[in-house]
Amino acid sequence: MSIEEGKMKEQVMDFEHKQSAHCENGVVSNMLQYHGISLSEPMVFGIGSGMFFSHMPFLKVGRIPVTSFRPLPGIIFKRTSKRLGLTFEKKKFSDPRKAMEALDQNLSQGIPTGMLVGVYHLSYFPAPYRFHFNAHNIVAFGKKNDQYQISDPIMDHVEQLTYDQLRKVRYAKGVFAPNGHMYWLREKPKEIPLEKAILKGIRQTCKHMLEIPVPLFGANGIKYLSRKIRKYPDKLGPKKAAAYMGQIVRALEEIGTGGAGFRYMYGAFLQEAADVLNNPKLEGLSLDITGIGDQWREFAIITGRIVKNRNKATESYGAAADLLLEISKEEKAFFKKLKMAIDS
Amino acid sequence: MKTKDVPQDNANLMEGKFQEPVYSLDEDGNYTTVRSVGWDPKNTVMLHAWEEVNERIEEVRQKVLDGQLSPLAYHMEKNIMDTSLVGKYMGFWAFKVKRHLKPKRFNKLSRKTLEKYADVFNISVDEFTNIELLKEK
Repeated sequence: MSIEEGKMKEQVMDFEHKQSAHCENGVVSNMLQYHGISLSEPMVFGIGSGMFFSHMPFLKVGRIPVTSFRPLPGIIFKRTSKRLGLTFEKKKFSDPRKAMEALDQNLSQGIPTGMLVGVYHLSYFPAPYRFHFNAHNIVAFGKKNDQYQISDPIMDHVEQLTYDQLRKVRYAKGVFAPNGHMYWLREKPKEIPLEKAILKGIRQTCKHMLEIPVPLFGANGIKYLSRKIRKYPDKLGPKKAAAYMGQIVRALEEIGTGGAGFRYMYGAFLQEAADVLNNPKLEGLSLDITGIGDQWREFAIITGRIVKNRNKATESYGAAADLLLEISKEEKAFFKKLKMAIDS
Repeated sequence: MKTKDVPQDNANLMEGKFQEPVYSLDEDGNYTTVRSVGWDPKNTVMLHAWEEVNERIEEVRQKVLDGQLSPLAYHMEKNIMDTSLVGKYMGFWAFKVKRHLKPKRFNKLSRKTLEKYADVFNISVDEFTNIELLKEK
């Protein structure tokens, strides 16, 4: 134990832990709340242009191509803070001991501190959810009886971690290795430019869902995936095809999406945005994206059946592909309408 | 999705540790979150993914017992890791880890290296190296 640790007086801040669906939105939302800015999770998500789609057949995790409904980790955080005019201090450390000292120092000064951590060694996580994902976000807001007080947006309640446990997850290895990354709010504007930030967030989402010229992303990416899965049973055989399909639904309903690959959360965002911007068109569009979310859930149901009966006939793949093609068309139309709704 | 339709299909995947917030529309058409214990299609694909992992672990376990692979192969699979990820924790290149998958090489490893490996997998050196322990799994 270093001298600083020994000296650190144990204290816990008055930090309100609120559960959210997604860790990145949740941490931002909880940290802002502490600093007197009330923004819901969907708001943070929408401003940070969190909704997305990509299917990258050449990028494999655990031998399975990656389908994703969100941008790369850290991006929502970056965009949201930029658009709201917030300045975060960020630090990484090559020496784990220094990383822990810096955290202790922050805590003794009463600064709630966000950290990137790996999920695999996170002791309070349920076992079926523990895999090597390194871009999870948590906030430490104090130390009590040698236990760090942790606000993990995924969890119902405040959790505790020991020095060694926290050090281990802060130095998880592999893709997106956190290297002790920590961040905290340094400056905030007197008044946050909420309306402008919402519009920027919506515009970028429309752009990314409609205009990326590579067919792996956005609404076109969904069409691309539809084409791929139609061929899955013939090309891959029933076992591998089922594994590939399963990953899509795991991503779609991944912890933190709030259901239907963030489509419902985006609906919640648009509903709030309609109020803030006084734009009733967004209220209607919120219902539209909710309907699209329902179709994604339908896709999950078909896929669930495919995976369950994976050793039997392969007819449902066609139905799943048809549905995706339909969703691709609807998302395209939806984002065109959304773009019109805020720019006219 | 309507709030009243948010599924509550429990497969104990969350081990009672938390529930997942799902966004849905309440009776007045306002968005709200409902905590859900699970949903059948998701439970199915999650359990299936773990089944596949367990199948591979079992295959490797047999190979370790047959003397084709070292215990490192088993613990690597058990922790859903590959040689490159284990290498990163060890500070080795992946090919060096790959060599240690061969029983002949593995048996020549120093105590220090074995301790380091065991630490990566959060177990003792005996649990790491003792093949007898794999017989009962």
